[in-house]
This record gives sequence, C-alpha cells and structure tokens, in this order.
Amino acid sequence: MSERPTLRTPLSRVRHLGPARAGTEHFWRQRLTSVALIPLSIVFIAIVISLIGRNHAATVQILGSAPVAILMLLFVVTGIYHMWLGMQVIIEDYVHHELLKIITLMANTFFCAATGLACVFAVLKLSFGV
Amino acid sequence: MVEFTLPKNSKITEGKVWPAAPGTKNAREFRVYRWNPDDGQNPRVDTYQVDLDDCGPMLLDALIWIKSKVDPTLTFRRSCREGVCGSCAMNIDGVNTLACTRTMKEVPSKTVRIYPLPHMPVVKDLVPDLSNFYAQYASIEPWLQTKTPEPVKEWKQSHADREKLDGLYECILCACCSTSCPSYWWNSDRYLGPAALLQAQRWIVDSRDEAAGERLDNVEDPFRLYRCHTIMNCTKACPKGLNPAKAIAEIKMKLVERQV
Repeated sequence: MSERPTLRTPLSRVRHLGPARAGTEHFWRQRLTSVALIPLSIVFIAIVISLIGRNHAATVQILGSAPVAILMLLFVVTGIYHMWLGMQVIIEDYVHHELLKIITLMANTFFCAATGLACVFAVLKLSFGV
Repeated sequence: MVEFTLPKNSKITEGKVWPAAPGTKNAREFRVYRWNPDDGQNPRVDTYQVDLDDCGPMLLDALIWIKSKVDPTLTFRRSCREGVCGSCAMNIDGVNTLACTRTMKEVPSKTVRIYPLPHMPVVKDLVPDLSNFYAQYASIEPWLQTKTPEPVKEWKQSHADREKLDGLYECILCACCSTSCPSYWWNSDRYLGPAALLQAQRWIVDSRDEAAGERLDNVEDPFRLYRCHTIMNCTKACPKGLNPAKAIAEIKMKLVERQV
C-alpha cells in the first residue's frame, strides 16, 4: 500500500481506474501451454536421452528428421510462450515502479522473441541443411 | 519493488520483561508485539509470564489476563470470544488465527509469540488498520442486486440453490486469509485478496442475484483477481475452515466459461 498521505477515500483507491476486463485470456493460455508442455517435455527428454553417445552426424540426422523436428519446434514454441507469460506475471508481482515495470516487461518480450526465434532457426537449419 | 527488509522505524527491539507474580507455579511465557504511535519509539516485543492456574484455556483469555493483571496498556481488539465477530484475528506462533477459538495447548512451542496480522499498517500493538481490507469488501458490492421488480413477499430460493452458499456465507471478515497471502502482501493496493473474492463468489453464485455478469466484469482484471497464484495460504489460515482458494478458482472457471 502506498504510504503517502492522501485525502482519497479507501474505496476510491480500491476502485482506482476500474477493472481492466482482461486477464482471463492470459490465464487460459498459461494453463493451455502448461497442459501441452506435459507430453512435450516428456518427448523432449526422450529425444535428448536418445542422442546420448551418438556422434555429430547421427545427432543431426535424428534432429533433422521431420517428426522429431516438428516435436522439437512444438516444444520450443510452447515452452518459450509459456516462459513469456510466466515471466510477465512475476514482473507484475514484484516490480512496482511503473517505468521499471514497463521496461522489464518489454525486455521480457524481446528476450523471449529472440530466444524463441533462435531455437526455431536452429531446428530448421538442421532439417533443411546448410 | 518488494522490500526484503523492514523500514528503519519498523525494526523490532527487545521490550520490557515482566517477571511472574510471586507464588506462580504454572507459568507460560508470552512474547507480544508492542507499538505505540504516540511515543516515537520503534516497535518492541514484551515478555509476560501468564499464570495458567489463574487463566482460562484460550489464547484470548491469556491476553485478557495480561491486560487486567499485568499491563493495562496492552491493546488488542476482541468482542464475542466465540469466533463470530472476527475481531481478535492476529498472528499467533506464526499462524494467522482467532485468539478466542484457539487454545493455548494448540500452540506447540513453549513460548507463545503474538504479533498483529502481517503486512498491515499497525494502529497500536495488536490492532491493524483494516480500512483498505474493508474498502475491498465494499468494492465487490456485497448486497443483493436485481432488475426484476421486488416481489411482494420475498425473493425465493430453492434448498439446492441455498446450499450453494454454504462454505461462503460463513465468512466473518477477520482478514486472517488475506493477510496470510504473499500475493496480497506484495499487491494489496490492487489485488482484492481472498476474503473479498470469496464474498464476490458468494454473490455470483446466489441464485436470487441478477448481477452475476456485472460482478464478473468487476473482478476480471490482471490484478484484482488474477494476482491469485493458488498459493493456498488463505485456505490453510481460515479459522472458520472455509476455502477461499476454491472460491477464487470457481470465479476464474466462470470467466473462462463465459468466453469459450
């Protein structure tokens, strides 16, 4: 709570700017990606385990094959999207300075977009060569 | 940002140690948070020896015993002494609860530590300022709202619909749940907290009410409602055995239901 003295009534402070009429979509997508990540994480771990002890050429061949690459892409995109949503909630929870909050929310988006695109690019490169 | 240390003027110091009265055979140590807004001092923790042979079994009995037999300046709220009014909510041995419905035997540690409800402004000693908490309750408009002209006699409700209010209407607004919630600690200026949201659900499910949609609109907000991260401290703390976490989850389900 703000410690600054104010003549506004407690109810005026609670009602503030009114409800944003938003948040449900965010909540739903967070749950949706969590559910999707249960099988996708298992598949991802299974793929990583299957790569243990193989040489570079065999690893490229497995990761570049269509079904494995599609599963890897699904895992990466869902995982990064989930991370983006989750990190946003953490920032909103703990960063209360308005300007700093906007900056960290932007940085979160940029970081997730860049990381996600890099991962997707890596998988596609293995699939399509060069 | 979240503050990890107490501000300078909130740092707790060692307070007065009151010796047991001569001839006391069965004493139990109480360490109680004290803060006086008028003396300019930091908060302190006073130590009292409560004579269990001269005192009732409940924690509130011990506080009343201290106030009447040892230190009349000790300040706390109490009224009904039977868990109906919610006045004596405080943090006892690290748990938010009502002093009147918890026995001294239920506190496992030898010394009983008593503090005001966490993360609220303190008015004096064990009395927290609940203005924001009550305003949050008022903001969910806790009264019957209808468009249909009022019936001559009464709004009717089936037994089955009335049963849907069980587990919701019993809330006494003691604030044990909201002040046990870390999300409420960090964002109580924008997050309504479990107590207000449990009451929001109480009116959303009331079959006689005709404003469920407006009520859902009013809480559909990333902060008002969605700061709840299902930590469940609220449910663990509730001295009336209610389940605010479940009520909040049901509000979220209704919000999803109306758009998918």
